[in-house]
This record gives sequence, C-alpha cells and structure tokens, in this order.
Amino acid sequence: MSGLALWPEQASAYAAEVDRLVLGVTVLIVLLSAPVFVLIVAFAVKYRRGRAADRSHQVNRRVGLEVSWAVIPFVLLIGFYVWAARLFFDAHSPPADAIEIQVLAKQWMWKFQHAGGQREINELHVPAGQPVRLTMASQDVIHSLYVPALRLKQDVVPGRYTTLWFNADRPGAYALECAEFCGADHAAMGGHLVVLTPTEYAAWLEKSGVDESLAAQGARLFRSHGCSGCHAAAATVHAPPLEGLFGRPVPLQDGSLVTADEQYIRDSILLPQAQLAAGYPPIMPTFRNVLSEDEVLRLVAYIKSLAADAPERPR
Amino acid sequence: MTHAPAHPIAPNPRNLDDRGLSETPAQHASYLRDGYTLRSWLLTTDHKRVALLYLASVTMFFFVGGAAAALMRFDLLTPEADLLTNEGYNRAFTLHGVIMVWFFLIPSIPNTFGNFLLPLMIGARDLAFPRLNLLSWYVYMLGGLFTLFVLVAGGVDTGWTFYTPLSSMFAHGHVILAATAVFVVGFSSIMTGLNFIVTVHKLRCPGMTWGRLPLFVWSMYATSLILVLATPVLSVALALIAAERLFGLGIFDPALGGDPLLYQHLFWFYSHPAVYIMVLPALGVVSELVAAAARKPVFGYRFVAGSSLAIAAVGFLVWGHHMFVAGQSMYASAVFSFLSLVVAVPSGIKVYNWTATLYKGDISLDPPFLFAMCFICLFVLGGLTGLVLAMLAIDVHVHDTYFVVAHFHYIMVGGTVAAYFGALHYWWPKIVGRMYSLAWGRVGALLIFFGFNLTFFPQFILGYLGMRRRIHVYAPDFQVLNVLSSAGSSILAAAYLLPLLYLFWSLRRGAPAPPNPWGATGLEWTVPSPPPKHNFEVPPVVTRGAYDYGSRHEGRS
Amino acid sequence: MTEGMLREPYATLHQQHQAARLGMHLFLASEVMLFGGLFAVVMVMRILHPHEVVAASERLHMWLGAANTAILLTSSLLVAIAVEVARETRRRATYRYLAGAALLGLLFLALKAFEYGSEYEEGILPGGSAAALSNPVQHQFMNVYLVATGLHAVHVTIGVLLLAGLAGGLAAASLTLPKRIPLVENLGLYWHLVDVIWIFLYPTLYLAR
Repeated sequence: MSGLALWPEQASAYAAEVDRLVLGVTVLIVLLSAPVFVLIVAFAVKYRRGRAADRSHQVNRRVGLEVSWAVIPFVLLIGFYVWAARLFFDAHSPPADAIEIQVLAKQWMWKFQHAGGQREINELHVPAGQPVRLTMASQDVIHSLYVPALRLKQDVVPGRYTTLWFNADRPGAYALECAEFCGADHAAMGGHLVVLTPTEYAAWLEKSGVDESLAAQGARLFRSHGCSGCHAAAATVHAPPLEGLFGRPVPLQDGSLVTADEQYIRDSILLPQAQLAAGYPPIMPTFRNVLSEDEVLRLVAYIKSLAADAPERPR
Repeated sequence: MTHAPAHPIAPNPRNLDDRGLSETPAQHASYLRDGYTLRSWLLTTDHKRVALLYLASVTMFFFVGGAAAALMRFDLLTPEADLLTNEGYNRAFTLHGVIMVWFFLIPSIPNTFGNFLLPLMIGARDLAFPRLNLLSWYVYMLGGLFTLFVLVAGGVDTGWTFYTPLSSMFAHGHVILAATAVFVVGFSSIMTGLNFIVTVHKLRCPGMTWGRLPLFVWSMYATSLILVLATPVLSVALALIAAERLFGLGIFDPALGGDPLLYQHLFWFYSHPAVYIMVLPALGVVSELVAAAARKPVFGYRFVAGSSLAIAAVGFLVWGHHMFVAGQSMYASAVFSFLSLVVAVPSGIKVYNWTATLYKGDISLDPPFLFAMCFICLFVLGGLTGLVLAMLAIDVHVHDTYFVVAHFHYIMVGGTVAAYFGALHYWWPKIVGRMYSLAWGRVGALLIFFGFNLTFFPQFILGYLGMRRRIHVYAPDFQVLNVLSSAGSSILAAAYLLPLLYLFWSLRRGAPAPPNPWGATGLEWTVPSPPPKHNFEVPPVVTRGAYDYGSRHEGRS
Repeated sequence: MTEGMLREPYATLHQQHQAARLGMHLFLASEVMLFGGLFAVVMVMRILHPHEVVAASERLHMWLGAANTAILLTSSLLVAIAVEVARETRRRATYRYLAGAALLGLLFLALKAFEYGSEYEEGILPGGSAAALSNPVQHQFMNVYLVATGLHAVHVTIGVLLLAGLAGGLAAASLTLPKRIPLVENLGLYWHLVDVIWIFLYPTLYLAR
C-alpha cells in the first residue's frame, strides 16, 4: 500500500462485496443529502434579505410532503439493510469444512495455534481459497481481532469463546490488529495475516517446527490432570463419556437440551456446576485455578478429536 | 393593570401582591445589575445568573477537554509515540472523552441556554425550582472538581466508556474516583431535567398552549425526559464498577461467573440516549435560528415538535448497535440495526423541514444563521454516516475505527458545538445587552466550518482504511491523512478562541442591544436586553402561534 | 394565602403545590429506573442460569424477608393515614403516625442488619468462605442481592430520617399544618415508592424457587 489509498486492499470476495455495499449506501446518502446542501445555498441566495423575490403564498405545512420525505428515504434504506444483514449472517455461518485455528488474545499479543500444533505469535498463516474458522479466547480483558483487508472483526471476550470465519482468496500480507482498547500497549498489539497459495502453505506447515498436534497436547493434559481418572472407560466413578461428545445434544438435569460445542466443553471444565448433565452426580471439581485458557483450548481440541464410534459404556 | 411608579420604600420581596413594586429599581433595570458581590452570584436563584455560572464553567471545561485533544492531535502528527507515552496518550483520550461528554456536551445547551431561555420563552418568572437549579450547578462543580483532581493525580486510562473487565479489574488509574465524578454529575443532570419538565407543565403563561410552544422548548422537554429516565442507569453501571473494584464483587468478572457484556448493556442503555441529550437541544436551537433567519414559521411545526419526542422515545431502543461485534446474538443485532434506521427518520424530518422553511423566506446571513446552516450541513453528514454504521456488515469493518470517531465528532462537534455557538451568537445580545461585530462573527462561523471539515473529514477515510481508534502508533501509510486532520485541528482551535475575543470585546465596546435585534418572534425578544430580574412585570398573554411573522402565509402555523 | 409561603415564580399556592407533586413523581420515576437496572441484571441471571439462581435464593431467609415485607407495608399504611390526617390539619395525629412509620422503618433496618449478620456467619455474603456456595453464579446472585438490598436500605434510611425529621418538626411546632401539607404528601409518595420497590425485590430475590 502506498500513496493516498481511499480504501484498504481486498483480501477476499466477501471484502469486495462489503465495498460494493458501502458504495451503494454512499450513493444513496449523496442522493438524500445533496438536495439539502444545494437547496440551502440556492434559497440563501435567491431569497436573501433585501433581494426582491416572490415571497407570496408561503406554505407552512404540507403533510403529504412531510410524510413522503420521512417514509421514502426509510424504504430505500431497507433494501440496504437487508443486503447488509445477509452479509452479516453469512459472516457468522462458518462452513463445516473450515480449517480450525485457535486464537488466544492476551495483553498485548495474539497467539495462534493450528490444528497440527504449529504455533505463531502475532502472525497468522493461512491458505488462500480455503475457509478458515478461528475459535478465540481471551486471557484477560476484551480484545478484538481485526483484519481490515477482510472487512472483518470480532471481539474476544474473557469467559467465552467467540468465532470468526473467512475465506481469503488473494495471497498477500495484510494488517491484523487488536481493535478493542485493552490497556497500555493496545496500539502495538497486532501483526499480519499472511495468505499463502496452497502449495506455499503446505510447505510452511512442514517447515514450522511442531512437536505434537493440538489434540495430542490436549490428550497429554487430559492424562496429567487426572481427567481420565473419572472419564476414561475403565473408571469406577460415574462420569459422562467424552467419546463422540462434541457436537451432540446433551440432556441436562433440568430437562433442557444443549449442544456440546466448544463453549459447553470449556464451561464444563471451568464451571462444572453450571450445566449439570442429566443422570450424573454433581461431583466434578472445577479446574478454574488449575488450567490456563491456553490449556483449556488444547483440551477442547482433544475432546473434539475423540472418535464417534467408541463402544457404548453401561450407564 | 397599570404599572406602579418607582417606590421610595423598600418593597417586601416575599409579598407577591406587591408584584409591580417587588423589584427594586436596580432589579427592574437588569438581572446583571441585581447585586455585584460574589455572594449575589454564588447564592443566586435567578435562572439567568445560574445560566451564566454554567456558561463560565462549561467554557472552562471545554478548553480543558480541548487541551487534551490538542495533545492528542499533536502526537498523531507522527506514526511513532514521540510526544506522549502509551499511558499518557491513553489518559489523554480518556479525559478528553469524560470531560467533553459529561462536563461540556451534556450541560452545554441545556444548562446555559435552556436555563436562561426556558422561563422567558414560556412567559414565566423563573424555573419551577430555582434553588434546585442552583444546587444542580454546585453538584456539577463537585463532579468537575473530582474530575480535575483525577486529572492532576495522574488520570485514568480506560477510555470514557470504562469497559469491563479492563476498568473493573486491570486498569491502574483512578477509576473509582473518575466513576464517582461522573456519578455525581449525573445527579446534576437529573435535577436539571426534572426542573425543566415541571416548568413546562406548570409555568406556561396564559394562552401559551402546548401547540404554541417554541420548538426549542419542545426539544428541551424531550431532552429532559431522557435526562431523568436514562441517567440513573448510568449511575447503577458506574456504582457496580466501583463495587467490583472496592469489594471484589465480580459482577463483571467471568472467573466468578460474571459477564463483561452485562456492563456494556447497562452502559449503552444510558449512553445511547445520552447522545440524544447532546443533540436534541442543538436541534431545538437550530429550529429557532432557521425561523429567525428566514423570518418565517418553521415548516411543519407539528412534525418537528413530534420528531423531538420520537427521537427521545426510539433512542432508548437502539443501544445494541454499539455491540454488533461484541458477542451479542446475531438476531438481537439485526433488531437493533433496524431500529437504528427507524430513529434516523425523525432527524431527517427536521432537516428537510428546515430546508423547506427557507423557501420563500426572507433570509439573513448574520452570524447565528450562518452557524445554523453550518449545523445543518455537518449534522446531515454526521447523521447519514450513522446510517452507514447502522448497516450490520459495514459496521463490522468500521467499528472501533476512526470512521466512528469521525461520525460522532461530526454530530457532536460539527453539530452540537456549532449550534452552541449559533445560540451564543443569537442570544448574546439578550444575555449581556450588547451587540458584537457581525463581520467577525461571520469570520468565526466560516473558520469553524472550514477547520472542522479539515480536521474530521480525513478521519472517515482513515477509518475505512482500517485505522483503529485509541492508538497513537499507527501505520506510516496513514500519516498524510493524520497530518491533514491535525492541521485542521489547529485551525479549529483558533476558530474556537476567536469568538471569545470579539464577544468579550463587545462587553465593553459593543453597542447596546435593543430588545429584538434580529426581528424575531418569541417572548424572550419582548423584554429588554438584558432582561430584568423577574423577566416579566406582568405575565404575558399569548394569543398567537410561536412563529407568527406576518400575514404572507397560508395555512395554520 | 399571604403567609409568605408562596414562592417565586408561582402565581398561586395551588400551582406551587402541583409543581412540587409533579417534581416528586419525576424523581420517583428516576428512582424506578435506578432499581430497574438492577432488576434487569437479576432477570438476565435468572434466564441464563435458572438453577443456580434458585439454589442461591433458597439460602436466603424467606421468613425474615416476609416479616420485613409486612413491616414496610404497615409503615406505608401509617404514612397514608398520616397524609389523610394532615389534610385535616390534625397536627398531633399526623406526627404520631409519621413517627410510627419511622419506627417501623427502623425495625426494618434492624431486621435487615440481623439478616446480613447471619448471612455473613453462614459465609454466603461476599467475603465469606468460598466453600459455602458451590457455584460462581450463586456468588453472583448473592452479590446482586447485596447491592440491590443495600441500595434499598440506603433509601429506607433516608426515608426514616426524613419521616423522623418531619414528625419531630411537627411535634415541636416548628413545622405547621396546613402550610406543610404538601411536604407530608410528597414525603408520603417517597415512602410508598420505597415500599413498592421492596414489594418487587422480595419475590424477585427471595421467592425465586
């Protein structure tokens, strides 16, 4: 980027569509406001005090006119509202085959973890043309992941997981920054989104030193923190089995049904008494002061990876 | 009823049957002459004097907040952090926001011009609760004192929005004191709103029906409804932050089962209506100025009056548009986005009706009216960019960027401050009894218009380019636009200082002002400039509508 | 009407009294918004975490709360009678009823203090042992309970002081009727609102089961 650009690069088709929407809205805005500017100047000149002009038959009220200039701009705007809402809903509907990347925001850096275990700080490498879904957690305050070239941002709120998905189709390096004021070094918190061609991306994955995948790291944590003591198949304690849990509906004690998504798994580890599974005693201890957000993310990755065809355990 | 001649015996000020005699000759001459001691000012219950107390303090805070802005724009001349440290910059923008929002914008028009003009415009001798009015100023000053103390003691660095958990758990500055300062000044807001509402209901002079009220009174009424009903929610939000910091209550702490987003809902439930507190009075001023500029009734009086109430009501329903990317549900966001479009409609009605008012008018380009035109242009741009922000997919990109900063400065500075200066230039002769130089006034208006656009238009572009807000280190590509903006801000600073000079000059050297220098309608223009202490010797009786300029119109006004 | 109680800018006493009453109503509206924010917090909590809220609510002393409700309702009754009696300019009866209401208010505060004390012993108030409540959301409920009832108690205290002051002034004849009828009425309105807020707080907090 050099010179006096008026809008940022477009790193995706979505970004291009947002730009088209903005252009359309701008045209509407000019149409709604230009008459005001023009007429004010024109009237101020034509009807300037001391200047002869026809001021007879002044009208002070025309309900039809007032209603039309109230309603017509509104109706025109509705079209853009629908367009914008549709884009917004699309941006919140990640496809099922998206590459999963975990993001941890903390004062004042971004940590990215690829499923295969590759870790990055402040730089995120993704392949072009493939949907990418970010599951984001914050370790401290509210941050916000913002990539202007994608026209996307999402706040990262402590205590929950938020998600952002995109499909970047133009290779390049784009600014990636924190957009929610988060303290002293907020200005410096950021880096780049690096979009590589698929072959370059494969090479990058190879090259990035990695010991184990996220799920494998999670498995290690699962054992080292004693989770398997209750949740393994051979455990004597009556605890819900975790194989195939992810994505399935879970009946709760109060009769309601929730889906076991990332947030549910995280809350079950950190706030186990919040949503008790039906038919199980409420004896799971909390790991609130034991596990960091980082570690919980890995455990979530592990539980997600557990196969769905595990044998049924007697209840 | 005949006017009694001047009385040689001191009249009993408590005996209102003595009304014609209850004013001493000095009082009868002008409220400014009714006592020269400090005590007569600091213990006054005269709404006009309280208005001047507010005028002085509000001006002082404007320059303190402006100094913070100047520091920021200086630092933003370069992409590196070379003028202020990170903490220093963060404290500067926090203080700029806190002072400008609560100690300048919210009280600016209501507590100066609202206080001064409301009784005059409805034919009353004072507000409903004169002592409460004075108390509101003291409460305001107490909050201001706390804020200045925070400033001197090192500041607070959370942003004026005090988002949790940054403010409740992580910030190091004087958060509790700052929250207390705002909590205290909130009471001043509630007292003012309460006073205005009761005044409009109970103290209208004979013949002053609701349908004959000047549009400024309608907007002050709508503003007062918001002041009374929205401010307490802010009090709760701030009290909860203080409780969390003091007692570790953890209402917003996720580790303790709390929810940071709850704070945002509470905060914006107040703060969105608050922006209408800041703009509705300005809209009321502009209605007055446009009518006087054109010597014509405002087109569509009923729709314009109703639009103030509509803005106040619908304004309570749109707070979620500040939270589209905060983690709010998609469906809630869709509803808030739609309602945000709805709330723009009444503002549009006002702008189009003002434009129609000018048609076949008898238009003067004296300074107040130039400020009104300035307002209309800048408010239209600011308001329409608000519509841009209300569009969901667009907001995802420009939220928390300079686009938002430009949008609200167009409305609050381009709008409210321009209307404030317009009001100052319009009612100055009434308030102090002197005329100022109209030529300099026009220069002031044009300089403000030019300086303002140069400062803030580049920020729309910067925002869409992706420059985030609340940073002083930025990508070098953004520098050119930032330099333009900072250059504009130096012109704007000079433009704001200029009226101080010629207005103060007029106090000594200005020609004495007649009762109605602009040839406008309105009860305030029927009394001398400056008005006597009790405004009206006998209560006026109103028989005509608010903008009855003559017989050249058809249709009822 | 020429006792000098008519103040600027009013033309008649009736207008002045009406203005004072409207002013009090507006102030009460702002108080409703103040507590409204807290009610909204409890409602949201109830919707999101129904079980924890019920569990925490069961730890509150329902019967103490019920007694307090009866006490406040009775004191409101006494204040209503005081207003009626004041309108008949019966000074003695007025200050007796006002004093009775103030005493009941004091009783309310005493019971509340006792209640806070026992909750502190049980460890369920903030600052108590963390083990007493099994769940962070229950802690949150207790936090909101404390803030809401604490804020209400502040309002009760202010009301008690005002009622006692008014009663004392009437007893000492430094305040007289019919001059001060509007004051009795408006203070009555304030006290009724304090009562109404408790009428909503009690079931919201204590009866969530």
